[in-house]
Amino acid sequence: MSIIAEYGSILVIMACVFGFFMAWGVGANDVANAMGTSVGSKALTLKQAIIIAIIFEFAGAYLAGGAVTATIRKGIIDPAILSGTPELLVYGMLSALLAAGIWLLIATAMGWPVSTTHSIVGAIVGFAAVGISVDAVHWAKVGKIVASWVVSPLTAGFIAFFLFRSVQKLILDTEDPFKNAKKYVPMYIFLVGFMISMVTFTKGLKHIGLNPGFANSALISIGIAFLTMLLGIFMLRNIKAKTEDDRDYHFASVEKVFGVLMMFTACAMAFAHGSNDVANAVGPLAAVVGVVGSAGEVAQKSAMPVWILLLGGAGIVAGLVMYGHKVIATVGNNITELTPSRGFAATLAAASTVVFASGTGLPISTTHTLVGAVLGVGLARGLSALNLQVVGTIFVSWLVTLPAGAFLSIVIFFTLKGIFS
Amino acid sequence: MVTNNPILQMFARSPFQPMQEHIAKAHACAIQLIPFFDAVMAEDWEEAAKVQHTIAVLEGEADTMKKEIRMNLPNSIFLPVPRTDLLELLRMQDKIANRAKDIAGLMLGRKMSLPKQIQPIVAEYVRASLKTSGQALTALNELDELITAGFRGHEVEVVEQMIHDLDDLEHDADEMEREVRSALFEVEKELNPIDAMFLYQVIRWIGDLADKAQQVGSRLQLLLAK
Repeated sequence: MSIIAEYGSILVIMACVFGFFMAWGVGANDVANAMGTSVGSKALTLKQAIIIAIIFEFAGAYLAGGAVTATIRKGIIDPAILSGTPELLVYGMLSALLAAGIWLLIATAMGWPVSTTHSIVGAIVGFAAVGISVDAVHWAKVGKIVASWVVSPLTAGFIAFFLFRSVQKLILDTEDPFKNAKKYVPMYIFLVGFMISMVTFTKGLKHIGLNPGFANSALISIGIAFLTMLLGIFMLRNIKAKTEDDRDYHFASVEKVFGVLMMFTACAMAFAHGSNDVANAVGPLAAVVGVVGSAGEVAQKSAMPVWILLLGGAGIVAGLVMYGHKVIATVGNNITELTPSRGFAATLAAASTVVFASGTGLPISTTHTLVGAVLGVGLARGLSALNLQVVGTIFVSWLVTLPAGAFLSIVIFFTLKGIFS
Repeated sequence: MVTNNPILQMFARSPFQPMQEHIAKAHACAIQLIPFFDAVMAEDWEEAAKVQHTIAVLEGEADTMKKEIRMNLPNSIFLPVPRTDLLELLRMQDKIANRAKDIAGLMLGRKMSLPKQIQPIVAEYVRASLKTSGQALTALNELDELITAGFRGHEVEVVEQMIHDLDDLEHDADEMEREVRSALFEVEKELNPIDAMFLYQVIRWIGDLADKAQQVGSRLQLLLAK
């Protein structure tokens, strides 16, 4: 108890620094995956992608990031066991943040495709199981998280498959794809607008004190989706079919229509990513602040301070601006396989999966959801070739990241314990 | 950094672009038969040798491309069409270039001069045969669009029409082959018997070239049928 009273402000400052470091890593690495498909399909320029990412990552983190934060903060370990020794929870969360941040940095430097979510979950489980006791971990919850790593790519793949099939059926496989594109693309825009606002209203707004209820949320979402659609129609108005563009590739004009749609799905993706991944960084931070703020009481229920979400959002933006643009540029310049119609299906499917996972509080990996979505488009015979060996590599990275995060966090945990106790 | 991203790595290099480049090369090789026959008919053997060399070089390039594609199509690649069908299509494309090289090689090697009486109809026959490989190239150029449409719907009809046209062109070439044969039959008694035999051989090979182009079309149809 006395440790927390004595070092309280130092611990909070450390938590803020580590949390910011972790959020910076998320911004620098993971955002590139989220925005890469948009830039890669040439629907967005690098500059547009960064601006969209800044606005919507932030909005996602702030408006819909609450539920996942709760899972990371108190879903994986049982705070009740720690009520006698709250400083252990503080050390543990600090080490989890630092461990995940360091692991991200190492992995990025080595070029390993790791997930921020895996890193933080591994780190929390690590310090809890070894540093405290094996019983401190909610193993059932961990099992659910692990299952989501299989379920989420499958779900995203499934949605992407049917989205792309619907695009084929309604637009690409018709006599006049251009006319049909102009006709149906606004409906897809409606879908994007509806999905995002629905999750924001039903799940995201609680922590800023709004809770409009399901029916009201649905009504407001329909309204917002309609406005989004109008904006989309306005943007589509100037796109005309150009015969000279279509000479080499008949779908060139059609893809321009999809380019507009891609802007909306890129916003959805950034929003989804912000809502899910910012929690990785701010969840532990919120736990530390909660314990210190209540002078050592491990609260079962504590309100999420808004400034913490803002700090996480700012960290992501800082990472994106300082480093992420390079990664996006690399991804964007190398994915030549993606046209806006294919990229749209993959990105929207991934975004939907992440948004709904965020709504239910499951921390899932954006990267792997996107991989599942790309495979889904491939299965709909919409991509010319996919390398299935990469899926194997991704599985290996799943296996490696958990123990690596756990090991680092255990080491840091005992170091911190040695310093402060 | 370049290939470290898992999303990026998933996109394997598309084999369809190289396929299109390969048929373009095979057709470029076959189309050289026009200047070659012009040279043969003018009995300008120096020029004919030059063109034959060009054909041989282009055929070699097509061959290298074919091997490249085969090497870069490992089993783990997830393709929208069956891998075996794609390889079969490639084999047929390559045969167009091979046949063109056979024709030029044989004619130059034996310095086969064409009887004056049949020269116009042979020139026409060669062009008719080359139209088929040109049409095969046109159809293969639709591969990009086919991938976007997921090998379904309207785009498939467009390509099927092209393949249908290719069949018609091959049929025309077939008709011409018969006419050229009977024209040759008229004059064969004036020729050295062995020369006449080889002329029949060349005529068959020109028809063969059209056949191979048609088979490219039918392999493409297999890709559509799945």
